[in-house]
Order: sequence, then structure tokens, then C-alpha cells
Amino acid sequence: MNSTFVVPAVALVVVATVLVGAFGLRISRTTSDFYVASRTVGPRLNAAAISGEYLSAASFLGIAGLVLVQGPDMLWYPVGYTAGYLVLLLFVAAPLRRSGAYTLPDFAEARLASQAVRRLAGAFVVGVGWLYLLPQLQGAGLTLTVLTGAPDTLGGLIVAVVVTATVAAGGMRSITFVQAFQYWLKLTALLVPALFLILAWQGDGAPRHAFEEPPAFREQRSVRVDDTLDLRLDRPLTVTVSGTVDGRPHKDAELSLPAGTHRIDRGTRLTFPEGTAVPTADRGSNGGMSTSLAVGREERPLYATYGLILATFLGTMGLPHVVVRFYTSPHGVAARRTTVAVLALIGGFYLLPPVYGALGRLYAPELALTGDADAAVLLLPDRVIGGLGGDLLGALVAGGAFAAFLSTASGLTMAVAGVLTQDVLPSRGVRHFRLGTGLAMAVPLAASVLVGGLPVADAVGLAFAVSASSFCPLLVLGIWWRRLTPPGAAAGMLVGGGSAFAAVAATMAGLPVAGTLHALLAWPALWSVPLGFLTMILVSLATPGRVPAGTAAILARFHLPEELRAEELRAAEVKA
Amino acid sequence: MSGFLAGLCIAILPFLALGFWLGRRTARPESLGGLGTPVEHATFQTLHTASLAAPPLRAGLTEETARKSARRLRTLLGTDALCLTDRQQVLVWDGVGAHHRTEIMARLAGPLDAGRGEAFRLTCDAPDCPVRWAVVAPLTVDDRVHGALVACAPRESAVLVRAAGEVARWVSVQLELADLDQSRTRLIEAEIKALRAQISPHFIFNSLAVIASFVRTDPERARELLLEFADFTRYSFRRHGDFTTLADELHAIDHYLALVRARFGDRLSLTLQIAPEVLPVALPFLCLQPLVENAVKHGLEGKADKCHIRITAQDAGAEALVVIEDDGTGMDPELLRRILAGEVSPSGGIGLSNVDDRLRQVYGDDYGLVIETAPGAGMKITARLPKYQPGVHSAARLAPE
Repeated sequence: MNSTFVVPAVALVVVATVLVGAFGLRISRTTSDFYVASRTVGPRLNAAAISGEYLSAASFLGIAGLVLVQGPDMLWYPVGYTAGYLVLLLFVAAPLRRSGAYTLPDFAEARLASQAVRRLAGAFVVGVGWLYLLPQLQGAGLTLTVLTGAPDTLGGLIVAVVVTATVAAGGMRSITFVQAFQYWLKLTALLVPALFLILAWQGDGAPRHAFEEPPAFREQRSVRVDDTLDLRLDRPLTVTVSGTVDGRPHKDAELSLPAGTHRIDRGTRLTFPEGTAVPTADRGSNGGMSTSLAVGREERPLYATYGLILATFLGTMGLPHVVVRFYTSPHGVAARRTTVAVLALIGGFYLLPPVYGALGRLYAPELALTGDADAAVLLLPDRVIGGLGGDLLGALVAGGAFAAFLSTASGLTMAVAGVLTQDVLPSRGVRHFRLGTGLAMAVPLAASVLVGGLPVADAVGLAFAVSASSFCPLLVLGIWWRRLTPPGAAAGMLVGGGSAFAAVAATMAGLPVAGTLHALLAWPALWSVPLGFLTMILVSLATPGRVPAGTAAILARFHLPEELRAEELRAAEVKA
Repeated sequence: MSGFLAGLCIAILPFLALGFWLGRRTARPESLGGLGTPVEHATFQTLHTASLAAPPLRAGLTEETARKSARRLRTLLGTDALCLTDRQQVLVWDGVGAHHRTEIMARLAGPLDAGRGEAFRLTCDAPDCPVRWAVVAPLTVDDRVHGALVACAPRESAVLVRAAGEVARWVSVQLELADLDQSRTRLIEAEIKALRAQISPHFIFNSLAVIASFVRTDPERARELLLEFADFTRYSFRRHGDFTTLADELHAIDHYLALVRARFGDRLSLTLQIAPEVLPVALPFLCLQPLVENAVKHGLEGKADKCHIRITAQDAGAEALVVIEDDGTGMDPELLRRILAGEVSPSGGIGLSNVDDRLRQVYGDDYGLVIETAPGAGMKITARLPKYQPGVHSAARLAPE
């Protein structure tokens, strides 16, 4: 693909981020009017900021890729990512704001008055943050590779360096305006090309077979296989090959492959004639991991879907970079309004990636074969529209994608570095915050180099699963159940979150297990969330003596609207 | 394969961290056992046990603290059973022979009233009861008996009587410290109550005088100022809650500055730069207004021309950074240090040292004011306010939009 416009677009986004980070505070308003200066952040602005920080590489690239490869089943991803805020709205948003907590460890301390639980929550914040940072870096690497042919890790490295530098230098703190702007940038970067793509699709006669199984090539298409894979054919296939198939080298030879499994070596170029159905690639047998989760999904589709739904519905409330944004709301009611606005903004955004996925099935079905399905969003403008217009739209999408990586990654790095500095590293101070920032980014960067190709949406799904199994029980029971005790909370988080974490690690490591066990490990939420809740409840019931002393007052503060409390206090004052 | 290894590393990390943490928590100085003679070793052991028993007792004598410390105390004494009582009941019985609880309580009335130790034989029907004899040592704080430490043994032992007396004295010291802690907390609370809401009397006189001067010439302005004054005093004199939000505090500062500007007119100019993210931060009531008052005083003092005040509130991760700057006469840093240390009382108002004290009391010593100044160079005061601090909650909701 032509990278003439892509590199400037990405550079522009990166430079803008650095500059805003460096001068962010100076451009904020300066006034002598108290009324102007002390206006709080309104729900809509805050909602845009939350959305800007929340919409990550998984949303921007991953969903379209999954829809392309696996069809409409994957629409559960955008549904889940959005519906998580519904759960947040109903059960958590207002009480969390009223608790006065800034981070999740703060909440644990405010509710349970226990330093041990605080530290444990801090450890899970770090774990979830790292799991979530990993796909951001991978997505950045993929974007640059696809668009410019740069080495796999370069994009991740760029994002890591930019984010670490700006966060450590004290910029990109949590500037609401910037994050809100990022949301509109991402929306534009997807919406404008999507409109052009739909126009082109209309002009093409509006073919409607996008989700007919399996996708087929609409024209003669040649595909280069970058990683050795096994091709599974349901029916015989005629294809022109230059490279190695089934151990035999060919050079521009037309082959007729019978139904069954065929091994295609890396570097082989396959040319499919028009109208051929895209064959299924199987990477499970060669130690690669790109489709490891998909295998589990194919075997246990219903289980996988419910696992996904549970993880995304309940995991959103435990995302560290989302929770800190609620502090900006001036009171509980505003926090609720903000969440409603977030639902609308994110819901609107998530209408777009499936469009790209569906168009990808029509116009770039070979991406399913090469394992670069996550790149569908980036490649489509060039593929469908082409020419200068296609290049410009492609550059817009690439810039938006980098905005997605940068905003989410900086929010996460801030959250993780904050917890590392406050609760893990020995003493406080600016230098320690810088150390924390470096550490917060170094670990996922190293992991992204080592672990490699898990689809970004799946990797984010795993972070959601850990968050849902550890923080969801803590928040929901902490807010709604007065008999929660510190040992119960700690045990629940350790058992629920720990088991989900172990399952995630096993999945990422590509443990050679198959069948039911594999599905259980790849989609842990369905068993680990109930396990976390159950452990927390049972251990709390077993330690009734450890219910914190001020529980009744704390819960009253969580649940009573602020005006009511103020009035009560005034009434008490009058009596006194 | 490398992927597998990487996953394994990631999986092991949290366990390593957990192990490290547990190791640090449970580490005992027993490794010192290799050092020194057996006598020294025994001394270390005793001191270590005593130091482990001390922290719970520092919270006072309750059922929970007694339960936590009783096991350590029994190890210290080396008896079969040990019990801690208050004046009414047995708080905890550690070791064998718990059926003696009621008997002990019945026999305790004398020693508790007299405040003197006693040793007596226990009557028991059980033929194989391991405890036959008890020594009572009262726990006294300021000559008042709070409870007793009872050590039980199979037979009389003068050593045990002596040891129980010493341990009881040591426990009494811990309880006295707990008492001291409590009175210190009460003192701090009283201090906060005394420190808060002290708006300077000069300000009230001056404001009323300014308003009076407008009553004839500009009644409308006088009315507005009177309302500002009412708003400010209502905020200052409110009684509920020790904490407020940055937004409310800024509104109070606005009312305050409106009155000051009525007095000084164009001589006072102001710039505000407030990050909206930090407006909901909870902070001690009236802890920024004195800083602004101080800036106004220094800015206008001793010079006829204009004074500029700049108030900045930035978001800094888990903290809010509030900076109040003036371009006035400044101050000798040495004099300022002495004022903050309480060696010299400042010329007027309660000012900086009060705010500094309160911030330190609420947030800890790391969060005192940072003041940069020199004679003739203005003054810059920086306050760091954590966004979350246990026990710090603003009492009322933010001012309506």
C-alpha cells in the first residue's frame, strides 16, 4: 500500500499528542472570572472523554477483523463493550462517585478500611492494565507493518516511547478536553471513510451476500502466505501456486487440490480465480496462536458467546482508566448522566466497525487467510476506492488508529504507574512516578515482543475477563452488601481474579490443550466470575466478626444523594 | 515455544510478587539466632515477642485487641493459660482450663478494687484439670485499674508471680500509650475545631466599613456587597462537616475577593487557571481562603501600585496542585520559617501556619505548604491535596451550576 500519506498522518497524531502533553495546561483557559473558571466538567464532555479513552485498538481494528473472519457472531463484541456501561450505570456509577474514591484501590480502602485489600486491588489494577496495554502495542505494530512494511514491533515501540515520555514528563495527565477530542477524532476517522466505502459499495451494485458462508473472492486475487498454515478444504479447489504446498515446490503451476487439509509453507503465493470460496486457515497445528481462541469458539460456540458476554458486561467497571474519569463528575447524579451519555457515544461508534467487517468480507476476504484480519479497517479504503482518495482515507484511518492506541495506552499507563508508585514501589516522589511509568510500559512491551499474534479483540477480552472476575465482585458486593468483610474481599479477588489470570496466562502461552478444557481456559469469565462472587460471599459469611466498624455509615454515604445528606447534616446542626 | 515461555513468565510474575510480599510480611528476625550467645538469643526472642504483642494493645483494651495480644503474652510468660479481663468480664482466655472464667471473675473483685496483685489456689472438680493456681496482676492506667492479667499454672511459683507483675506493668504502659494516643486524637480534633472558621476580625470591620461607604452613594452596590458578605460568612460559620470541595472553597474566595476589590478597586487584579478535573477534590474547610487573604495582604502592603494575584489548580494524577502567587513585597524566608515553626506570632490574622498545621494533620507531614519567597520577590504558595484520603469527605454537594 502507498505510504505517502500514512507516515505523515501517523507522525501528525504522534506530534500532536506530544505537544498537547507538553503544553496541555498552558492552553487551558486563563481568566479572572470565577464563574467561568470554576465550572465543573459537564456530563457530555466527560462522557466524550471517557469514550475517547475507552475506545482502544480492539474497538478500532479488532472488531472489524473478527467480523471479517468469523461472521456476525462476533457482533457480540461491540454489544458487550457497550453494555458494560449499562451495568456500570445501574449498579456502580453513582455510589462509586459518592465514595470519593479516585482509583479502585482507593475504593477498596474506603469501603473496607484495609490496607491489605487495598494492595491486592492495586496488584489487580496493574495486572489488568498490563493485559489491556498488550493488545494496544500489538495493534500499533500491526498498523505500521500493514501500512508501511515496517518491522512488527516498531509501531508498538513508537507508542510505548511516546506514551512513556509524555506521561513521565507530567503531560497527558487527564486533560478532559484532549480525551474528548480524541473521541471525535476516532469517530471521524472511521465515519468519513465508512461513508465513502458505502457509496462505493452502492456504486458496485450493493452486493448483499456479505454474511453468506463462506466468503468468496469477487475477482481474481493473489495472496501471499506469511506464516506456514494448514488449509482446510471442504471441496476441491483449483489454485495457481508459486511456492511450497504439501512439501512439494511449485512455480506458477495451476494445482487442483482435493478436499482435506493441505500445508502451505510460508512465502507461498496463491492465486485464486474469481468466485472461489475462501478456504479456512488452521494455525492450531503449527505452534502459532492467532486463531487459538477461535478454535475454542468453534468447538463450544454457545459457551464462548456467554463467556464473552459475561466478561464484557461485568469487566468494564474494573477498567482502571475508566474508573478514574468518574471522579471528575461533581456528584453521583452527574456520574449517572455521564454514563448514559457514554452509552450513546459508544453505541454510535460501535455501529461502524461491523460495517468495515462486512465490507471486508466482500472486498478483502483473503485477510482471513493471511491472519492479518485486524488490518481490514486500514486496507479497505485502498482496496475499495483506490487512487488518491483511497490513500487519503487510508491515512485518516491510520491516524485515527494511532490516536486510539495513544489515548488508551496513556490512560492505562497513568493508572498503572499511579498504582505502582503509590502502593507498590517503596516511597513517593516524582522520580518514583517516572520509574513507575517506565515499569508500567516496559512489561507489556516486552510481553508484546514475546507473545505475538493473539487477535487484539481477543486479548482485550481476556483483560475484561480478569477485571470481571476480580473487581466486579468487589464493587458490586462492596456497594450493595453490608456483610462484606476484608478477608472475604481479598479471598474473592484472589480466587476469582487469580484463576481468571491463570487461565489467561495459559491461553496466551498457547498451552497444548484441546476440547472443553481449551474453551474453559479461553473464555474463563463464565466460571471465574461466579467463583469470585461465591468465594467473596462465603468467606465474608465465615468471618462475621471482621465486618468493618463504619459499614452502615459508609453505605449510607454511597447510596444517599448528596443534597439529602447535606440537608440531614443541616437538620442535625439546627437541633444541636 | 517462546510464546509459551513468555506466558509462563507472565503467569509466574504475580505469584513471585505475592511470595515476596508474604515473605516481607512474615519475616522474623529469627535469623539473628545465629548471632550472639544463647542468652542474647533469648533476649532477642523475648524482645521480639514483646514487640509483636505491643501493636494491638496500642489500640486500647478491648476484646479484639486482647485476643490478638494474649497469645504473644502467654508465650512471653510461658504459662499454660493466660487471661485478660476488664473490670466486668473476661476479655480473652488463651490456653487450657477456660472453665475457670467465672471463678476467676468472682475472685477478681478484691484485686481490681485494691489495685494490688494477688495469687490464689483455684478450686476445681475436674481431676485432671491442668491449672490449679492463678496469679492476678492488675492493669493500671493513671492509678485507675482498667482490668487484670491473670496467669494460671499447675502449681505455685514465685517466678511466675514476679514475671506476671512485670508483664502486667509492661501491658499497662502500652495501655497508657493508647490513652495518650486517644487524647492526642481528641486534641487534634479540638484543634481542628478551634482552627477552622476563623475569619479575621479585621476583614469583618473593613468589609462593613466599605459597605457603609457605599450605602449613600451607590445603594445597589452596597446591597450586592452585603449579599456577598452574607454568603461568605454563611460559608465560614457553617458547622456541618470539617471538609468542603475545591469548587465551594473557590466560591467562598470569590465572595471574599469581591469585598476586597470593593475596598481596593483597580489596585488588585487576578488571574485564575483552574483545571475542571480537580473541582470535586475534598479539602479541609477554609484552607485556601487564608492563603488568598495572605496574598492580598502581602501584595498590597507597603506599595501604592497594583498587585496581581494568580490562583492555579492543576490536576497531577492522584493529587491536585493548588498554587497561589502574588507579586507583592515577599518575606524573609528565615522569618517565614520561624513563623511556621510557631516561634514568632505573625503580625495579623491566623494565616499560613494555621493552614500548614491543618494540612499536615489531615494528610500527613508530606503535605505541608511549600512556600517560595524572598524580600521584594513576591510569594508563591503551593498546596498539594490528595484526591482521596481515608476519612476526608466533603459534607455538601458542589454549588449549583
